Amino acid sequence: MTDTTRTVASNGHGVAVSFQDMHRWYGPVHALNGLSIDIAPGELIALLGPSGCGKTTALRALGGLDDVDQGRILVGGRDITRVPANKRNMGIVFQAYSLFPNMTARDNVAYGLRLRGVDGKARNRKAEEMLELVGLGQQTKRYPYQMSGGQQQRVALARALAIEPSVLLLDEPLSALDARVRRQLREEIRRIQIMVGITTLFVTHDQEEALAMGDRVGVMSAGRLEQIAEPAELYDRPRTPFVAEFVGLTNRIPATATNGTVAVLGTDVPLLEGSAAAGPVLALIRPENVRLTAADDGAGRVAAVSFLGSLCRAQVTLPDETLVVAQMSASEASGLYPGASVAVTVLPTPAFAVAS
Amino acid sequence: MTASPGGSLSAAAPQGGALVARPKGAGRGRRGSRRQLTVRVAILIVVLGYLVLPLFAMLEFSTRGPFGSRTLDSYAAILNDQNVIDGVTTSLQIAVLTVIGMLVLLVPTMVWTVVRVPRMRRVVEFLCLLPRAIPAIVIVVGIAPIYRWMGQHLGAIGASPLTLAFINIILVLPFAYRAIDASLRSIDTATLADAARSLGAGWPRTIVQVIVPNIRGGILSAAVLAIALVLGEYTISSLLAFNTLQVVIFVLGQQDPFISVAVSLAALVFAFVLLFVFTRFGGGPDRRFQAEVEEPAG
Repeated sequence: MTDTTRTVASNGHGVAVSFQDMHRWYGPVHALNGLSIDIAPGELIALLGPSGCGKTTALRALGGLDDVDQGRILVGGRDITRVPANKRNMGIVFQAYSLFPNMTARDNVAYGLRLRGVDGKARNRKAEEMLELVGLGQQTKRYPYQMSGGQQQRVALARALAIEPSVLLLDEPLSALDARVRRQLREEIRRIQIMVGITTLFVTHDQEEALAMGDRVGVMSAGRLEQIAEPAELYDRPRTPFVAEFVGLTNRIPATATNGTVAVLGTDVPLLEGSAAAGPVLALIRPENVRLTAADDGAGRVAAVSFLGSLCRAQVTLPDETLVVAQMSASEASGLYPGASVAVTVLPTPAFAVAS
Repeated sequence: MTASPGGSLSAAAPQGGALVARPKGAGRGRRGSRRQLTVRVAILIVVLGYLVLPLFAMLEFSTRGPFGSRTLDSYAAILNDQNVIDGVTTSLQIAVLTVIGMLVLLVPTMVWTVVRVPRMRRVVEFLCLLPRAIPAIVIVVGIAPIYRWMGQHLGAIGASPLTLAFINIILVLPFAYRAIDASLRSIDTATLADAARSLGAGWPRTIVQVIVPNIRGGILSAAVLAIALVLGEYTISSLLAFNTLQVVIFVLGQQDPFISVAVSLAALVFAFVLLFVFTRFGGGPDRRFQAEVEEPAG
């Protein structure tokens, strides 16, 4: 359980959502295994995890599109576990393009309002406002086949928001788009979510997306919530081996742990809570915490250097054949080239370790 | 002079024009494609001949007059023969009922199967294709007692030839299933249904307002196939002693073969026209699922 009175980036008009000990089986597969999350009003929670971890099942259960076998879902304090999807008032943007092909952009956005009995003029006005909000005010009469993937997902977002839903559910809405549109649209979604102040559950398998968008990020594995925390905390202070290895890049460096520290390449690194505490371990060290110094008698040999714009990433082979990745600014990497000898050290930043 | 990877040679001409040498084998390629075209046209002529020749023979036969003359008397006689008119009317009524019944039964079932129980798709497909594997005579033997009971206990309704619609609904399932299934596969039915439901639509609205308009092509194809099958159905109507179009044509064939062939040809032409109208104005390929639009720049 988590603190629901937290400050979130949005303007605070949303409702609280609570998953309580949810279970879902698909035959022998335990898709949700005791999932409990509390989401504060107006908060954007990003659920992150590998394929099949249960994140989409959780989202579909909240949307009423899938049943749960056990547990409860509360929205604004009201139990909606058995309420059918069409009575839940949830706005959903799907991974697949889901605009109705037989309707124009405006009719798509107005469809939910039509179902709510809003009269023609009012619903068209509202639909146009929503299309304006997502930057498609000039495309109201276009059919989905006349729009690009990014435009279609914008219309889908407008359609989801037009009904003024209690919760916005985003089921990997950017995964079908190319990298440029993806980045642009995720910033737009976040801007609109903060402006509207709607409580949002965002499901993704893209770490960058989750860390960039979420007020908090929940990492799921095998139907369980491994950890939920603010992006920086999740990255810097993982609580389980899965989170430590799944989120961000990590080096697995053999070392020995004693009394809450682990000696890695000559540096005593404090161990995070939940780490293997003693004996031979694999220390999980972030690339940005690895330091390379050019030295003719250095133990490491540079295997490759990748230029990433303002950053560089170098792969270094240690004498025991362990491959270590170091990340540094482009200027720091100027003296590195494949075959160069380097001394490898790590910073004493707290790290996670798993038994080897 | 330069050589391009494609093997063609080009040289600058004195007056600024370009001389382009024909690539090796270009003439052979052209001859080959001409031969291919000839073969295609020949195949087309043979196939069309195979299909059109019987129709032409029917037209020739049904327009024969005395002493080698041509007449449309047989076609005019159709309109004066009450049995033919009744047969046509009955068959059309049965066709309409069959189409309505088939769509009401099949569309919601198939949508539900795709969206909610995809693992049942194979079972539904098997059940729908089953009538194709059962000979009509077997179906009649099985269903005759039911029709006898209906005739005895349901009065005029039970004895009406329109009850043939029930059996025809089953007979058209294999064809209708294929047509509608192809349409359902061309759209993301499950996601569209989820989207409609999340916006507040119940199942009936989801099917009628969202799914049906997007599988219109398949529905029209299924309807055309059903109408064609009903207009051509003879065995079951005859064995159950109902006077449908084909039964009337058969009886006429024994009395006046010219009118019988004229009615058959007219029925075929009617079915062709119907097929053309449906595919031209409703059932043809739909651009809505084909276009791809590039992301706008910036």
